[in-house]
Amino acid sequence: MNIYLYILVMAGVTYLIRMLPLALATKEIKSPFIKSFLYYVPYACLAAMTFPAILGSTQYLISAIVGFLVAVLVAYWEKSLVVVALCACAAVFVCEQIIGWVL
Amino acid sequence: MNSEYFKKGIKAGIPIALGYFAVSFTFGMMAVKGGMTLWQSVLISLTNLTSAGQFAGLDIILAGGTLWEMALTQLIINLRYMLMSLTISQKLDKKYAFFHRFFVAFGMTDEIFGVSAAASGKVSPFFHYGAMALAIPGWTLGTLVGAIAGTVLPNFIISALSVAIYGMFLAIIIPPAKKNRTLVWVIVLAIALSTAFKYIPGLNKVSSGFAIIIVTVLVAALAAWLRPIKEEEEAVE
Repeated sequence: MNIYLYILVMAGVTYLIRMLPLALATKEIKSPFIKSFLYYVPYACLAAMTFPAILGSTQYLISAIVGFLVAVLVAYWEKSLVVVALCACAAVFVCEQIIGWVL
Repeated sequence: MNSEYFKKGIKAGIPIALGYFAVSFTFGMMAVKGGMTLWQSVLISLTNLTSAGQFAGLDIILAGGTLWEMALTQLIINLRYMLMSLTISQKLDKKYAFFHRFFVAFGMTDEIFGVSAAASGKVSPFFHYGAMALAIPGWTLGTLVGAIAGTVLPNFIISALSVAIYGMFLAIIIPPAKKNRTLVWVIVLAIALSTAFKYIPGLNKVSSGFAIIIVTVLVAALAAWLRPIKEEEEAVE
């Protein structure tokens, strides 16, 4: 089958999923339950996407745990997104260099 | 004012682009290895802007699956974007014209949703555009470089870059949780449930995209039921 047809279906379905709620839910939702629900969605969703996925994102489990803990700590200090992200990267890098040197 | 928001978006886009590069590099490498041309692999990234969906879609193309299979797979894997778009639909500043929603929708990735949800008060589409201005090139160029290189990045680089996105997510959810105990419970419960979906036999058969939706809906609904937000809470958020 034509590869471009596949790409069209892929991109089309993905775009519709993203677009429909934005285009249809233009009025302010008044229901206190739904408002509360949507308030909590980012926290539940981002937490669920981060853990345990982060554990499998690096070469070694231990470097992922170190990266996770460093990110939690630096985030707790309320540093910016970039700083937290870079600290997590650096922690994983240093940890894996040490592991490579020990092994 | 718009350029102000755009700049803020660009700043938020830095860790996003970093994290995207590592993942899309791998995607480009795999697509070309599977027999796609350079241009086709880049076109997929440019038009889809999603990770799990693209990897699954690539499998279907290479296996010669049907278009229905493709549509259904994308629907299931990417359904979480509906929740994200619904959340942002309430957060977008109403003073901007309606057409902006069509462009904002194109860039509704997990990560851009994250930084937008974290912004205080209403959000401008120009904030989204700023983040997209880095995220889309990061994703597309990563694919291109991976497709040209035709090999994997050194492991230590993939490792370090891969945690960037997770670090960013934690930087979004942790600071507000310091002042709000309910958020602590939301985060802990979401982590516990998503861990259960990963490791408990039976539950781990649920695809990761679907697991995220189930966990998000359950936890957010429970929190909304037990601890409905007050108006002022919403205002400071």
